[in-house]
Amino acid sequence: MNQLKNYNLPDSKGHFGKYGGKFVPETLITPLNELEEYYKKLKTDIAFLSELEKLNTEYSGRPTPLTLASNLTEHYKGGKIYLKREDLCHTGAHKINNAIGQILVAKRMGKKRIIAETGAGQHGVAVATVCAKFNLQCSIFMGEEDTKRQEPNVLRMKMLGAEVIEVTSGTKTLKDAANEAIRDWVGNIENTHYIIGSVVGPHPYPMMVRDFQSIIGKETKEQINKMEGRNPDKIIACVGGGSNAIGIFYPFIEDDVELIGVEAAGKGLEFKENCATLTLGKDGIFHGMRSYLLQNEFGQVEEVYSISAGLDYPGIGPEHSYLKDEKIVSYFSVTDEEALEAAKMLSKTEGIIPALESAHAIAYLKYIMPATKRDEIIIINLSGRGDKDMETYKNLFE
Amino acid sequence: MSMIKNQIQAINDKGDKALSVFLTSGFPNKINFTELALNVFNAGADILEIGIPFSDPIADGAVIQKSSQLALKNGINISATFEYVKEIRKSSAKPILLMGYANPVLAYGIERFAEDSYNSGVNGLIIPDVPVDEQKVFCKNYFNKLDIISLIAPTTPVNRIKMIDEESSGFVYCVSVNGITGKNSDKEINESYLRTIKNTITKNKTLIGFGISSPEDAKKVLPYCDGIIVGSAIIKSLLKEKSPYRETLNLVRELKDSLINCN
Ligand SMILES: Cc1ncc(COP(=O)(O)O)c(C=O)c1O
Repeated sequence: MNQLKNYNLPDSKGHFGKYGGKFVPETLITPLNELEEYYKKLKTDIAFLSELEKLNTEYSGRPTPLTLASNLTEHYKGGKIYLKREDLCHTGAHKINNAIGQILVAKRMGKKRIIAETGAGQHGVAVATVCAKFNLQCSIFMGEEDTKRQEPNVLRMKMLGAEVIEVTSGTKTLKDAANEAIRDWVGNIENTHYIIGSVVGPHPYPMMVRDFQSIIGKETKEQINKMEGRNPDKIIACVGGGSNAIGIFYPFIEDDVELIGVEAAGKGLEFKENCATLTLGKDGIFHGMRSYLLQNEFGQVEEVYSISAGLDYPGIGPEHSYLKDEKIVSYFSVTDEEALEAAKMLSKTEGIIPALESAHAIAYLKYIMPATKRDEIIIINLSGRGDKDMETYKNLFE
Repeated sequence: MSMIKNQIQAINDKGDKALSVFLTSGFPNKINFTELALNVFNAGADILEIGIPFSDPIADGAVIQKSSQLALKNGINISATFEYVKEIRKSSAKPILLMGYANPVLAYGIERFAEDSYNSGVNGLIIPDVPVDEQKVFCKNYFNKLDIISLIAPTTPVNRIKMIDEESSGFVYCVSVNGITGKNSDKEINESYLRTIKNTITKNKTLIGFGISSPEDAKKVLPYCDGIIVGSAIIKSLLKEKSPYRETLNLVRELKDSLINCN
């Protein structure tokens, strides 16, 4: 694992090494430049930052706890395992951190309408929530397949007053929901802000979303130093687009901490049904960014698969592509079956039902714990809770 | 000097405006695509834009999305498109552009793509998701034998339009309204944007496209540009009929007729 001093990316053009950038139609370039300018100013604006902090504390419930998983630790008889409890955020996942940040930006830009894409519906629910709170019109794009798989979240979005637009183009899943959101944005650029749900898309999104999610890592650093008097040895997070992972990694990036991202191997890496982008993808240009991409030999993006709708994405944030190439973060993958097993174990040992996405991070423990010593500290980012996944979990105990 | 610019200039010198027609590669039928392309030229198209299909065409509306998907189902890729261009070149010397999203080009190999484009007889490239700012890294100097056609949109500020004009060769592709390809709303084209196009772009020719579907649409923009680009209207017509595509070729004729003697 390599370590960097003075890590300061992206550069002024939004590049992380060769990755990132703004690969979008010309119509979006000037609006993206404006967003970047706005965001740069707000980043150091006291009124903005205090409003953000107030919402994070009083509305979302931050700081989220860092919980010692004592039973899980006993189970492996290795290092101490801590859980960063993003499952306890309002709406049930880390996605709200980004939604709150971006709605405050949109509000200051004078936008009247918000759009977003969603896969599992967690990001859609977070956006619908902040739109209700700030009284902005809200349209959520969701693949037709996903509206069926994730009906409870569709209902939540509707109850919050959002319009849910079923996407029937392409593969009818997350990537096509994002395509439709981009197309809508191009046509309604004057009054609409697009709240992208992860550290993906054109600059400044990967940077801005990372910054809003970094609160996870900042709190973690403070908490573990208070509880243990030092940084952890390892941090593990699941990786879909990569926002919860970068959120917890980023404040530790110059430190001597082993950072581990876990992707979804679906039915297994030897099958087409997976979405292990960094493990099996190659350099590509997709959804406005240059990054690793799961694609066929002709550069076409085909359907990907994971049991977890929130990881079911063929792309990955450009910063992760950079961190992989530079060997600053290591990336692995676990299968559906391993994630389900882990969800069951965490529920029974710790009384915490994790989201299927987060269960991928838990599942990776079995590979590293046997080699850890008793005095090591391992932190897992528990990105969300499992309420939304009960339909899938049902088979585990029925 | 750019061959495409020369050709448009020659058309303008006669008092006419140029017509660029968009076809999706290998669509509707991969067997007789070359014949369709030549018939489109014969019906009055001055420039042909051949779209390389992509699974995720974010700049395109429902009509071109559909043609892309059908072309992909037909097994069309970049190599097949080069074969079509070579065939068309046997019978026509008119300008041919390829329009393709960045990812298939990256997968093919950017340098190899530039080389094979040139050797097949392609005159210029439009890569709608690689704006001028990214072109320097993406294209390097690979494409210096070809025109790189860049786009401008109503959101583009005047000084950026000047910069794009400076960086482009051939013509500047002026997107008519903020939006994706096809007619997706009743948005009127902004007058002052049209005047900006006319007054700001001086190095290159200007063609206006997106949502131009009829001679009536064309009439509104002609005083401000050197020609028009018609895509979705042609694809929509092709989706409705079979070879020999009489209605579509009639549409091309009507469009070209409306561009005669209007300088
Ligand atoms: C609980 C949870 N974790 C993780 C993810 C994956 O996204 P990211 O990789 O951006 O954190 C999602 C996405 O829906 C999610 O709901």
